[in-house]
Amino acid sequence: MMQFTCPHCGPRDQAEFIYERTVDAVVSLDAAPEEAMKSLFTRNNPRGVDEEIWRHTYGCRAWMVIARNRVTNEISATRAVGPEALP
Amino acid sequence: MINFSFDGKTYQAQQGDTLAAALLRNGIGLVGRSFKYHRPRGIMTAGVEEPNALVTIGDGGRTEPNTRATDVFVYEGLVAKSQNRWPNLSFDIGAVFGLAAPALSAGFYYKTFFGSAKRWMFYEYFIRKAAGLGNAPTKTDPDHFSQRAAFCDVLVVGAGPAGLSAALEAAEAGKRVILVEQDNILGASLIRDGQDLDGAWVEATQARIRAAGGRILTRTTASGYWEHDLVTLTQRIAEPGQIPLHGVAQRLWHVRAGQVILATGSIERPMAFAHNDRPGVMLSQAVRTYVRRFGVVPGKRVVIATNNDDAYKTAYALKAAGAEIVAVLDARPAPAGADSGLPVYNNAVPLSTKGARHCLKSVTALVYGLTKSWDADLIAVSGGFTPVVHLHMQAGGTLDWNDAAQAFVPATSRQNVTTIGGAANPEPVFNVVPVSKPKKSFIDFQNDVTLSDVDLAWAEGYRSVEHLKRYTTLGMATDQGKLSNMAALGRLAEKQGVAIPEAGLTTFRPPYTPVTMGLLAGAGAKDAGAHVRRLALYDVHAAKNPIWQPLGYWFRPRAYPVGSESLAQAAMREAKAVRSNVGMTDVSTLAKFEVSGPDAAAFLEIICATTVGKLAVGRGRYTFMLREDGFVFDDGTVWRLDENRYLLTSSTGGADRMATHISYVRQYLCPHLRVSAVNVQEHYAGIAVAGPQAKATLAALIGEEPPRHMSTVPAMIAGVPVIILAASYSGERAFEIYVEASHAGPVWAACEAEVSARGGALYGLEAMEFLRIEKGHLVVGGEVDGRMTPHDLALDKMLNKAGGYVGASGLSRPALSEAGRRQLVGLEAIEGDIPEGAMLITGEGASPHGHVSAAAFRILEGGSVALGQLTDGFARHGEELIATSPTRGQMARVRVVAPHFYDTAGERYRD
Repeated sequence: MMQFTCPHCGPRDQAEFIYERTVDAVVSLDAAPEEAMKSLFTRNNPRGVDEEIWRHTYGCRAWMVIARNRVTNEISATRAVGPEALP
Repeated sequence: MINFSFDGKTYQAQQGDTLAAALLRNGIGLVGRSFKYHRPRGIMTAGVEEPNALVTIGDGGRTEPNTRATDVFVYEGLVAKSQNRWPNLSFDIGAVFGLAAPALSAGFYYKTFFGSAKRWMFYEYFIRKAAGLGNAPTKTDPDHFSQRAAFCDVLVVGAGPAGLSAALEAAEAGKRVILVEQDNILGASLIRDGQDLDGAWVEATQARIRAAGGRILTRTTASGYWEHDLVTLTQRIAEPGQIPLHGVAQRLWHVRAGQVILATGSIERPMAFAHNDRPGVMLSQAVRTYVRRFGVVPGKRVVIATNNDDAYKTAYALKAAGAEIVAVLDARPAPAGADSGLPVYNNAVPLSTKGARHCLKSVTALVYGLTKSWDADLIAVSGGFTPVVHLHMQAGGTLDWNDAAQAFVPATSRQNVTTIGGAANPEPVFNVVPVSKPKKSFIDFQNDVTLSDVDLAWAEGYRSVEHLKRYTTLGMATDQGKLSNMAALGRLAEKQGVAIPEAGLTTFRPPYTPVTMGLLAGAGAKDAGAHVRRLALYDVHAAKNPIWQPLGYWFRPRAYPVGSESLAQAAMREAKAVRSNVGMTDVSTLAKFEVSGPDAAAFLEIICATTVGKLAVGRGRYTFMLREDGFVFDDGTVWRLDENRYLLTSSTGGADRMATHISYVRQYLCPHLRVSAVNVQEHYAGIAVAGPQAKATLAALIGEEPPRHMSTVPAMIAGVPVIILAASYSGERAFEIYVEASHAGPVWAACEAEVSARGGALYGLEAMEFLRIEKGHLVVGGEVDGRMTPHDLALDKMLNKAGGYVGASGLSRPALSEAGRRQLVGLEAIEGDIPEGAMLITGEGASPHGHVSAAAFRILEGGSVALGQLTDGFARHGEELIATSPTRGQMARVRVVAPHFYDTAGERYRD
């Protein structure tokens, strides 16, 4: 079980989080059909760092993007998302 | 003295004995029968690596099969039984398999049992009886298993000299330290070889670690190393089969460590020679442990076989305890062992043993190319040392080959873990290539794998070590190859003509030693596996003794039978009350979201595939939601309560999914919107009142004209503020009353009084199902099954033409508007009752064109009707089909019709 650092709560067990999808699998609301299908069905699967969306479901319920190395599980960055995280 | 029993006979043990020590103390050498050949087996080791001495401990629900006799400490009343023998241990019919050993070589099952599955099932019955380990307990374990989390700066695994020193240093440096030891006392190798140290060192160190705030856990195994330095510890609070003092038998620890230090030592290796599996063949350090720790001398005339210096300590220990060392077979050339004062033979390796009555009689060895024999009742073997690198490897580490020690040692790691002590620096040994006859030279004792099995696998083309493992079963079962893997690798490398490191390794997987399943479940066992969500009005329903129906985590009344009514009778009476008079039901579990803010309508038009913005204040409408791929995944209603305030309802079963979806869209896709979407599912309890008398009932309750269909008003019932939504699922004029859940009681009571006064009834889910099927309303999980587009469900006219909703681009895929899609239809029985779930076919033997998603009977007129999905169904109204359910042996002739069987014009909604 990995440990993530929630931007709001600090380090917490992975068991408190639920995985949503990788950032490249996000279908934007204005995506063209081909683009939407690509995001849904032909996603990247890099051997290395990928950006993943997780939710601290059993904690503060906030969403975040975690940059995780899929080989070593090293977490290189975590950023909050949502209205409060807008610039 | 402690009393225990083995195979029904009572014996005495001494305080601190393991079961293995106690058995040896009582002169019991034969402890079990081997897995495949039923060969007599004894105690080989003194630790968790024991492959042979597997016993069943305890009885009833506390039965623990396949427990290593070397890893259970005797307590008063311990009950142990040998395994895999019939009728008894010393006379075992299955031993005949041993005589037929060549027939049971590697891949035996694959080669022998060809043919149909039926034949295999016939063979399997006998094979399962003959081969195997202990039997799983059949009764429920009465004990509790607890779990807890812990954090520390330094976790030290293994309390030998290296581990104790490391823990002491860290603790005295002010670090939070946890030290774990699988034994019940600390010291590890010092327990066996501590005579050179001040005997009080272990105790003093232990006291200093504790004084510095360190936590020491004995009988605790670090069983798994997971990501980000999480280590799971399994702690035995009670011994196997023992009644725990405080109810808790074991505890599972999840330890997140800043740093992990592995001082896990090494495991001694056996040597391969013929009949090296008999009782009386033991590992050298194990023999020393029994002599020094337990005061048990396992043999009187002893042969030592070694390729290293360590085994000489065993010889001295035995000699000091009064045993005779008849020969030391040292594989190394002279002058190794020359000044030991023992009868040393150099260039000597064991070839075979002889036995009688399950005891060792003699040992034959090859000495300088000549065979020589000795009478002996014990051979203590040391084939070198295998560092315990399991946790290091589970942590994602790599290994280096240490040629002097002929062993793999920890190299790099991507986690914060270091290995110290014997596990990092194993003793140098002399490499011995087995020269004995491979047939009876066992390398995996637990799985009965011999050198010849490895040779056979090689001859048959199994090159990779992973294939070798699976073909021969080497390295499997409870010991996971702790003794055998290196011997097999050596043989494989020899066959390949490469050095051992080139032959490759199998994967080290958790757990290090077997873990009780109940421990992993912890408190989540039995009914606690899934939580139960109770309706706010649970007690009110329970008082009426309804038939309950599980619905996700919820339990809802399915029907309220009166007297001796069956479910079907009660549900039909309830449904008739709704059609002809008035009924009420609890709809509290529906998903509910309050969406507010200046951008509330814009947000809802992203979530919902229908328009929302044009809704007037006080009005509501039906809506549905799409997945990103364009398929309908939920439906419900949306109500404009105020200028910028909406209430969205959706299905019970999809409530959690919808909550996540709404949050994702709001937080990730639309962070810029000025909107708040709050899950109010359990904030409100809901009561539906439906039927021709519903309007009059409601008027009496709220003291004013009820809202017209698809309108909403705030009101008061029984002095409690409520929201009235005039919506209908049943097909009758109906209202949903939402009230703050904690105040639901008086509102329900007032409604029930009013409904009863009119001769109405409570109705449950079953009646609701009858009503909605007859009306042709959809249910999520039934007609809305994740494979239907809005077009397939005839909802496309409601789609928001402006687009912009989730799923709009997915829905525009050409494939979703091609011919040949399943479409929603109604089905009317011509003959027979339509079975729910039935396939729709055109004739016997034809492939299905669809299926029946829900079936019921017309409530007032009778007659079987159903909803279904049919290929190109919209164009097939009037066609006759067969609805067949071969698994239930039911079928009906049906006619395809529009999916509305009741009030198709919707006149009953109008006042």
